[in-house]
Amino acid sequence: MSLSNKALQLDDEQRLLHFLTIDGLDRSILTEILDTAEGFTGVSERTIKKVPLCRGKVVANLFFENSTRTRTTFELAAKRLSADVLNLNISASATSKGETLLDTLRNLEAMHVDMFIARHATSGAAHFIAQHADRGVGVINAGDGRHAHPTQAMLDMFTIRRHKGEFVGLRVAIVGDILHSRVARSQILALNTLGVSEVRVVAPQTLLPSDARSLGVHVYHDFDEGIRDVDVIIMLRLQKERMRGAMLPSEHEYFSLYGLTERRLALAKPDAIVMHPGPINRGVEMDSKVADGSKSVILQQVSYGIAIRMAIISMVIGTQNQRTQEVAV
Amino acid sequence: MSDNTTFMQADGVESLIDVMAGKIWTLINDKEITEPLMVGIRTGGVWLAERLHQELGLRDPLGTLDISFYRDDFTRIGMNPEVHPSDLPIPVDDRHIILVDDVLHTGRTIRAALNEIFDYGRPASITLATLVDRSGRELPIQPDVTGLHPSLDPDQHITLIGPEPLGLILGAKTNRTSRGDEQDKDA
Amino acid sequence: MKKKKKDITIRNGRVVDPGNGIDEVTDLHISGGKVLALGQTPENFEPQLEIDATDQIVCPGLIDLTVNLREPGNEHKATIASETACAARNGITTLCCTPDTLPVIDTPAVVGQIRHKARKAGYCRLLPQGALTKNLDGSHLSEMAALKAAGCIAVTNCYTPLANTLVQRRAMEYASTFNLLTIIRPEDQHLCNNGCAHEGKVADRLGLPGIPEAAETVAVARDLALAETTGAVIHFHALSSASAARTMAWAKREGRKVSADVAIHQLHLTELDLEGFDSNRHVRPPLRTDSDRDGLRKAVAENVIQAICSDHQPHEADAKSSPFPDTEPGISGLDTLLPLTLKLVEQGVMDLSSAIARLTCGPADILGLPLGRLTPGYAADICIYDPNRQWHVSAEQIHSAGKNTPFTDWEMPGRVTHTLLKGRLVFHEERL
Repeated sequence: MSLSNKALQLDDEQRLLHFLTIDGLDRSILTEILDTAEGFTGVSERTIKKVPLCRGKVVANLFFENSTRTRTTFELAAKRLSADVLNLNISASATSKGETLLDTLRNLEAMHVDMFIARHATSGAAHFIAQHADRGVGVINAGDGRHAHPTQAMLDMFTIRRHKGEFVGLRVAIVGDILHSRVARSQILALNTLGVSEVRVVAPQTLLPSDARSLGVHVYHDFDEGIRDVDVIIMLRLQKERMRGAMLPSEHEYFSLYGLTERRLALAKPDAIVMHPGPINRGVEMDSKVADGSKSVILQQVSYGIAIRMAIISMVIGTQNQRTQEVAV
Repeated sequence: MSDNTTFMQADGVESLIDVMAGKIWTLINDKEITEPLMVGIRTGGVWLAERLHQELGLRDPLGTLDISFYRDDFTRIGMNPEVHPSDLPIPVDDRHIILVDDVLHTGRTIRAALNEIFDYGRPASITLATLVDRSGRELPIQPDVTGLHPSLDPDQHITLIGPEPLGLILGAKTNRTSRGDEQDKDA
Repeated sequence: MKKKKKDITIRNGRVVDPGNGIDEVTDLHISGGKVLALGQTPENFEPQLEIDATDQIVCPGLIDLTVNLREPGNEHKATIASETACAARNGITTLCCTPDTLPVIDTPAVVGQIRHKARKAGYCRLLPQGALTKNLDGSHLSEMAALKAAGCIAVTNCYTPLANTLVQRRAMEYASTFNLLTIIRPEDQHLCNNGCAHEGKVADRLGLPGIPEAAETVAVARDLALAETTGAVIHFHALSSASAARTMAWAKREGRKVSADVAIHQLHLTELDLEGFDSNRHVRPPLRTDSDRDGLRKAVAENVIQAICSDHQPHEADAKSSPFPDTEPGISGLDTLLPLTLKLVEQGVMDLSSAIARLTCGPADILGLPLGRLTPGYAADICIYDPNRQWHVSAEQIHSAGKNTPFTDWEMPGRVTHTLLKGRLVFHEERL
């Protein structure tokens, strides 16, 4: 059955049951996630880098697509909440034996897993898992196809709020392969929900969705124009395989048109920050001088990623727990 | 909240705080503690600790604890939507800590706070000061310093309101206005 | 050994026979499996069976131009027996099945096997479409003359339209040599680029790989040009865009020998229905925009699109139990073909007579077969339904082996009570 995103993700009291997409979530819940994450930022700096919140819970990292970085931050986040973590690289095992996604889920549920953190190459996979998960089992989308990567978007929002304070009045430019980017889709939704004044996307037409404006953005093909007076610049990763062929003629031409250089960065606001979801292709998306420069907040993004994921994991586990108990009563 | 009644007004609370400050002074002198570290539990405990910290003229900055991540009822009531970061600006290792809260009821909040402090380090000692010491204890935790021992029915609830002016109110059931002992009530 | 067929009178029904311009309350007399007469009882005619059709609609049995019955090869999804029985329950008396079976319908032996099974089941007239190329490989022509002799009524390459324009041209020319209709699902493979949803605002937001409208319009334009060059008679199956429908309107004005059909779900659902990733809405061609749906409705109302089909694709539950793009496309459509078409009448898209025409004489004329009309002497294929009965779609109400419908919980108008095939009652509702 197709539930709306809102009905699938929130319970009657507007608390998170699953975290699959920013779509359908309102400003108050996004702000609550950011506020909760603030509470967790201190944990990493203490002697004991753990809180007992999710003690005895089992979190399964269900990665159908390899990603050491994202998996590691989720693993660390879950462990800092005292949860037990199962890491499953499914791409290598089950699917090659013909086991369906549903079989994999059923098997893990039989082991009494409390949460699935899922990454999958297919858009809609996280929704599918949430729709088929047992009551009491929460699902967090760690990236599905081109659809959504909402935890990445939230850590980006956290980074922006930390550096800029408010969202209102901000101008944000997202640069690069918007078409294939789940990160960009989630960022655009989150930025608009949190009330920035303008979201721009900067890319050649081949890397833009057919109807980009319907996502709520202003489209720029010229980077120099698109970067002018922005507060935040988000550079997207460009997959190497898209660089030659029908999408783009060459790395060289891409960098000359859409690479972030110090000269271009000077066109943005003087206090602009530069973000990138990583890993960076230096010399393709941006110059090393920019990546390592004073305006780059790329490494902060990584450390905030743990606090954001702790917040989302604990919020979802908290809501699902209560749901199980309602059933028991 | 409509059936709440005022239990004690601001001047009453302020004079209780004076009494508590005096008792803490005596206690730390007896124990020969020179530079205690004061830590308040959000939210009411922090209001109280701010005043005690000032009256005692403590040198090190005040610490604040938000025990949301240590609550034993998380699995029953979920995440507190208004969590704030705990802030212990000075390392707690080998320090004498005065832990301050508004109401001591079941003892579960103090249990959570003790656990959290130990995740920051290994203090030399912890002294517990609460404004109100009421009946209904569920854990073997007692205050070292207290301002008031009211006699209350189990379904009555006493809450510190603040931060300015402070006051104690009495009600049948409260909303989650502060991070006191009401966590046990809510569950 | 054949039993002599009963003489039957269907009394007092509202007979809607668009092919003959009839819409009146009257009696219909059947003898020897054929339509005998309308109106007054012929002299010396004594029916052995009388069906009271008071307050019911009596129309020609429905003709579904495109269904996949899964047999041979995918009997776990559905069988000829299960789907022809389902068709009978829904007033459908003629099914044209597609050749994308295992093995492919590219030899007379497979045609014979399928027709034999359908005859044995006895519910429905089954008219196989043959493969346009051997094994649907897109490069070697099939033995079309032999396929026609074995009973194929058309040739098609189904879901794998030909990428090579020269082969397409040769195939059309060869088919036209034997007066075989070429059925084309217009789709440019390269532009499809493994997409699974209409390229537009919904796919953009859901991150679903898109199939642009141009994938269809490019193919329609190409094949219209080839048809003109070769003089072949072609039929476009399952149009999905308003733009292609407009091109068809132009072709019709130009007097081209071309016809088209649309799948009924395209007249009701749009890309907006993909919210929530319901895999039962994964279809090919994809659900497009509101204006595409409206354009298709207009084309159907104006007879630019002459037939509505179910594009029946029954699936087992597993085929739909995956993330949306990984599921097999298609809707199990036999059970909802007539009700969804009647819904268009309710919604004021067209009158009842036009709606019935798209399910009867429209497809019959595309195939050039003496079917779909209640003309005396024609086979007595008849559908009787109660227009006042409403029902809700649920798995129990779906009689196909495939339960994959996106219309669950929809309220449907019209319930078939009797179906006659060549004057034989193949379905009548047991009322409690």
